[in-house]
Amino acid sequence: MATATADFEALSQRQTWLQRNRMTVTPILFLLPGLLFFLVYVIIPIFQSFNISLYEWDGLGAAEYVGLRNYQELATDRNFEISLWNNLKWLLLYLLAIPLGLFIALFLNQTVAGIRLYKSLFFFPFVLSQVVVGLVFSWFYLPREGLLNGFLAIFGIEPLNVLGDPTMATYGIIAAGLWPQTAYCMILYLTGLNAVDPEQIEAGRLDGAKGWKMLWFVVLPQLKPATFIAFVVTIIGALRSFDLISIMTNGGPFGSTRVLSFYMFEKALGEFGFRMGYGSAIAVVLFLIMLIFIAYFLWQMWSDEQQARR
Amino acid sequence: MRSIFKTSAAALATATMLSGAAFADGHAALEGELRIFSDMSNPGPRAVMEGLAAEFDEMHPDLSVELEIVDREAWKTQIRNVLSANPPDVINWYAANRMGPYVDSGLFMDISDWWEAGDYEGLEAVRGAMTMNDAQWGVPYTYYQWGIYYREDIFGELGLSEPATWEDELANCQAIVDSGRACYAIGSKFLWTAGGWFDYLNMRTNGFDFHMELARGEVPWTDDRVRETFANWRTLIDMGGFLEDHQNYSWQEALPFVVNGEATAYLIGNFAVDQLRNAGLTDDQLDFYQFPVINDAVALGEDAPTDTFHVPSGAQNVDAARAFLAFVTSPEVQTRINGPDGLGQLPINANASVADDEFVQQGFEMLSTNASGGIAQFFDRDFPAEMASVAMEGLQEFMVFPDNLDDILDRLEQARQRIY
Repeated sequence: MATATADFEALSQRQTWLQRNRMTVTPILFLLPGLLFFLVYVIIPIFQSFNISLYEWDGLGAAEYVGLRNYQELATDRNFEISLWNNLKWLLLYLLAIPLGLFIALFLNQTVAGIRLYKSLFFFPFVLSQVVVGLVFSWFYLPREGLLNGFLAIFGIEPLNVLGDPTMATYGIIAAGLWPQTAYCMILYLTGLNAVDPEQIEAGRLDGAKGWKMLWFVVLPQLKPATFIAFVVTIIGALRSFDLISIMTNGGPFGSTRVLSFYMFEKALGEFGFRMGYGSAIAVVLFLIMLIFIAYFLWQMWSDEQQARR
Repeated sequence: MRSIFKTSAAALATATMLSGAAFADGHAALEGELRIFSDMSNPGPRAVMEGLAAEFDEMHPDLSVELEIVDREAWKTQIRNVLSANPPDVINWYAANRMGPYVDSGLFMDISDWWEAGDYEGLEAVRGAMTMNDAQWGVPYTYYQWGIYYREDIFGELGLSEPATWEDELANCQAIVDSGRACYAIGSKFLWTAGGWFDYLNMRTNGFDFHMELARGEVPWTDDRVRETFANWRTLIDMGGFLEDHQNYSWQEALPFVVNGEATAYLIGNFAVDQLRNAGLTDDQLDFYQFPVINDAVALGEDAPTDTFHVPSGAQNVDAARAFLAFVTSPEVQTRINGPDGLGQLPINANASVADDEFVQQGFEMLSTNASGGIAQFFDRDFPAEMASVAMEGLQEFMVFPDNLDDILDRLEQARQRIY
């Protein structure tokens, strides 16, 4: 017995440090490339933009330290205010994609001939590039020849210039964005619906649940993971709405459709933008807004995991 | 051993250089690589640039020319990256204030010596546009006039003639509006076209010198003279002179309105002619006139944007760059590249000949005989970048909601006080 223990100790002493700790070392080694890139391309730039936002810098010459002056200027900048409100509109209205996607998914969740074809047709807009979506919608909205105005004319409604009117343009772009986003939410819900337990539906039916009650109390709770993911991707999608704006209005008419990400780009990197510091200050504000949601997402995922462990 | 080899190689190189110089009659033989970054990405200009590079490469057997063509719009934002990291030897850009950021940060090479040494004979007239802080920072290679391109046939149909005064202009416009058309096509989605209108109205109302004072930030935007310019502009807006919904269109998207006769004229640069011709308008249907006189007391100023070549201060092969700049600006090359098979624009060398084209000829005539006020580059090249972007947005807003003028001018004035 004593010799066996000694043998074992001798054996473990002969093992190298790496062999003894491989259960810890292996995951770290696998994570290392990812972590390194995440650090270099995400974490460090975040702190860099915090730093640059304290300078007045044209991106070419020497930077001048100005403290919080860029932020003070933001507080009085009307274009910044417009962009902030537009971001809010995007955040709220973009969420419409979730219920819309859910209802299309429920509608398509049946077995009739050719349902696969219908599903893929509904999913189609998500496959299109945002640039194409933007172009299609800007033609749809065209003040004279556009389909929308042709349609309105049937009902004798005066033609609208959706993208040329500062009060309507942002809503017009959000509507364009909802098209692919709804398709995305739909596909999330369709996969979610596959996982709905038929026994529970059956049980609900026996208890007399129908229609809305069935949906609200039996189906939706089981779709909670899908709803969460749909919420996450929609919020993120709303905050990074850039391509559509750039294609459809280029921020105009007179800056009324800018959002923070677009304004940041214009100020720092656009054709006439030479204000890296100011652009960074806008980026910091955008980051702080995102941080609220990121914190919520992380907390939600963490508490789900805790629940699953119990 | 190695050092001996090195010395002999150096000696050999010197010898070849000397003999090369002797053979090339005063020209040092150029060696190595000449890297050119160009923004001439539209099909016509692209062919011109590629031709120039190939020709220069052939002229200098020991030199290899490496040409990189960047999309013209993308270049406007990429130039700063290219200049600050591994700069090439020659690049394209624009004259006047648009050079400002790169001159101030020392990224363009001061080439005043080359101008002094007589590299650019025949370019005296355009030297001013390349001057900043009392030094020259590049050379131009082409320029083009702005003015009013109009449908000659529709003018004929309505019995109108080219207006010379503001009264004629307004009378013409009224007749055109009454015939159910718009006087002017414009696409202001990308803002700068509105800058062209402001340039002309302000230069005609208050003169070239005042316009430049405004560009340099010496006059407040709330000045009464500026308001007068806007009042003239408003006359045209209120009578329905401009194409409706112009804020939705780019300048190209507004061209079809001229082609199909819904608008009769277009204040634009000569680059539009090519597109109008391609769309099917003949030279009998299309003509050009100079922006009419508004105020007799001021001399006529014109917009004639100049496109340029520069040498980055980090250039490796400065000798080759210098030779290339001299090559591009020489009368012979200028005549060729600005000719009808090339850019179809105006040559910057006074000794070059102007293409036999109705519009280029008229533009040349106008700029050389009837622009005594001065020649401006363009709104977004004369005003500092930030002021231009804020102001052009205000100009577009004014064109759509003229009642917002006070608010717009207050905003521009605030911007002026911060920027200059």
